[in-house]
Amino acid sequence: MAEAQNIPVGSTTAGQIAVAAESTVATRMSAPPSFDVADFPVPHGREEEWRFTPLERLRGLHDGTAVATGQGVRVDVTAPEGVTVETVARDDARIGRAGTPVDRVAAQAYSAFEKAGVVTVPKDAVLTEPIRIAVHGEGGVAYGHQVVELGAFAEAVVVIDHTGDAVLAANVDFVLGDGAKLTVVSVQDWDDTAVHVGQHNALIGRDATFKSFVVTFGGDVVRLHPRVAYAGTGGEAELFGLYFTDAGQHQEHRLLVDHNTPHCKSNVMYKGALQGEGAHAVWIGDVLIEAKAEGTDTYEMNRNLVLTDGARVDSVPNLEIETGEIVGAGHASATGRFDDEQLFYLMARGIPADEARRLVVRGFFAELVQQIGVDDIEERLLVKIDEELEASL
Amino acid sequence: MATLEIHDLHVTVEADNATKEILKGVDLTVKQGETHAIMGPNGSGKSTLAYSLAGHPKYTITGGTVTLDGEDVLEMSVDERARAGLFLAMQYPVEIPGVSVSNFLRTSATAVRGEAPKLRTWVKEVKETMERLSMDPSFAERNVNEGFSGGEKKRHEILQLELLKPKMAILDETDSGLDVDALRIVSEGVNRVRETGEVGTLLITHYTRILRYIKPDFVHVFSGGRIVESGGAELADKLENEGYEAYTKGGVSA
Repeated sequence: MAEAQNIPVGSTTAGQIAVAAESTVATRMSAPPSFDVADFPVPHGREEEWRFTPLERLRGLHDGTAVATGQGVRVDVTAPEGVTVETVARDDARIGRAGTPVDRVAAQAYSAFEKAGVVTVPKDAVLTEPIRIAVHGEGGVAYGHQVVELGAFAEAVVVIDHTGDAVLAANVDFVLGDGAKLTVVSVQDWDDTAVHVGQHNALIGRDATFKSFVVTFGGDVVRLHPRVAYAGTGGEAELFGLYFTDAGQHQEHRLLVDHNTPHCKSNVMYKGALQGEGAHAVWIGDVLIEAKAEGTDTYEMNRNLVLTDGARVDSVPNLEIETGEIVGAGHASATGRFDDEQLFYLMARGIPADEARRLVVRGFFAELVQQIGVDDIEERLLVKIDEELEASL
Repeated sequence: MATLEIHDLHVTVEADNATKEILKGVDLTVKQGETHAIMGPNGSGKSTLAYSLAGHPKYTITGGTVTLDGEDVLEMSVDERARAGLFLAMQYPVEIPGVSVSNFLRTSATAVRGEAPKLRTWVKEVKETMERLSMDPSFAERNVNEGFSGGEKKRHEILQLELLKPKMAILDETDSGLDVDALRIVSEGVNRVRETGEVGTLLITHYTRILRYIKPDFVHVFSGGRIVESGGAELADKLENEGYEAYTKGGVSA
C-alpha cells in the first residue's frame, strides 16, 4: 500500500510488515511499539513520524546522547484529601499499563527514568478541587514517568503545568476505572529554550469519560503524542488542544484514538494560532476504527489561524475504518489566514489594528477555553493569549 | 455642518506588476443631510473611490485632497477615519471567523463612540434595529458574515450604519445581488439614517433600481475615473432610459 512505501529503507522490521496488512496508522511508524529504546532505530528525519520534526533541536533526546542531569525538573504535586501521591521504583506494576511507547524518544524516556510518580484517586471519590502537578524545568536534562489512576466512578480534574527550562522526555499514563470521569489539563508554558517530548496514554474504562486539554504556548520544541484506547464499551474521549506557535517555535501534536472496543465515542478538536518567521505547528490526527469496534462515533477537527507571513502548519487528519457498522466518523482540517481584508474590515469599523487582531484570536480560541472549566486556568490562558499577541506587535 | 470635500483625487493600483491609474481627478463635495448617487459602468472606478476614501491599503493616493470638516482624511489610518465619522458599507463584506456579530458590534460601537455603550440600552438598541431590518435575533450569535447569504451581509452592513451613526456614509453597491424585498428592507434602513438629517450619503450603484427607494439630491455619472456629468434626480431617469453608452463612447465594455 502507498503508505508503506513511505517508510525509508533501513528502518523496516519484521514486526512492522506484519501489522501493515491491518493498519496504515501502525505502518506509518518505523518500528512497532516497545518499552525498550533499543527496539527503535535512531531516526534520521525522513521517517513518516519524524519528517516534520527538527531532530537537530531535540538536544540528543532521540539518539541517546542526552544524559539525565541531577537538576532536570522539579515536580510538585498538590492533591486534595483522599488522593494518594507516591513516588515509586521502576518495577512498580502500575507503570506502563495505559499504552506502550510508539517512538524512540518515548521509549528512551521509559528506559531512562529512575522513579515514577503515581497519583491515585480511590473508587467513588469525587474531588471538588483539582490535583495539580507542577513540573518546573531547572535547566537540565530529565526523563520521567507519571501515572494518574482513577478507581471506578471516581471523578477528578488534573492540571499538569510545565514551566521553566528543561530538556525533558516524559510519558504520562491515565488509567480510568469503569464509570470514572477524568479531566486533564496539560499546559506547556515553557521558556522558549525548552525541549519537551512525551507520550500521553489514556486507557478508558467501561462507561468512563476522559476529557483532555493540551495547551502549548512555550518551548523551542514541543512534541506530544496524546493517545487514547478503550478498556470497555461506552467509553468517551474528548481531546481538546490549543497552541500558540511563535517565531522559531516547533510545536507538534500527534494524536491517536484507537477505537478498539465497540460503542465508544471520541471527539477531537485542536486549534492553533501561529505568528512569526519560522513558527511551525504540526498536527497529526489518527483515528483508527478497528473491525470489532461497531457502534463507534468519532469526529476530529483541526483549525489553524496564521496571523503573519513566515509561519507554517502541517495538518494531517487520518481516519481509518475497518468496519461499516458505526454511528458516525468524520474529520476536518482547515488553515486560515487573518488577512489584510479582515483587518481592513474591522479597522473600517473604528477598531484599531491591535484590538482587531486580539478580537479575532480570542474569538478563535474562546469555544475551547470556555470548556476547560477550571477558572484560574481559563483566566491564565486568556492573559497568555493576550501576552502572545502583544509580543507580536 | 459636516462636509466631505474631495478635490482632484488621483489614485493608482498595482496590478500585474504595473501601476494603473484608476481615479483621474475626482472632485466632489458632500454635505451633511445630502444624498449623492454615483452611477457608472463597471470598471469606471466607483468602488475604487469608495475604498480609497476608507483607506484600503491596496490603493495609492497619488494626488489631490480629501477633507472631512477640514481635517485631512488621507493622513488618517483606516480606523481613525471610521472614528472621525466615515462609514463604508462594503459590496463584499468579509467573513471574520470566531468573532460573533454581537461582540463585533459592541467593540465597534465602543471604538467609534469613544466609550462602551451602556449594556442595557445597547442590547435594546441592537435588538430593535435588527427587528426593523427583519433580522432574526439568532443573527447576533453568528460569526461575522460567516455563512451569511448575500442579503444577510447587506442587512448586516446597514445594521452597522444605523448603530454607528456616521457623519458620512459611503454605500458601495449595497443594492447589488438583492431581491426586491431585501432591497426594500435595506433601503428603509438607509432612509431611517438619512431622515435624521445628520448624515451625508454617497450612494454608489450600477443600477437605477435602488433610486426608487432612496431619492438622491444629486446624481453624478462616473466614467473613466472621474465624474463626467452631474445633475439632479432627473439624470438617473436619463440613465435608466439610455444606459451608459453615451459616456463610454461604446468603446469600454461594461
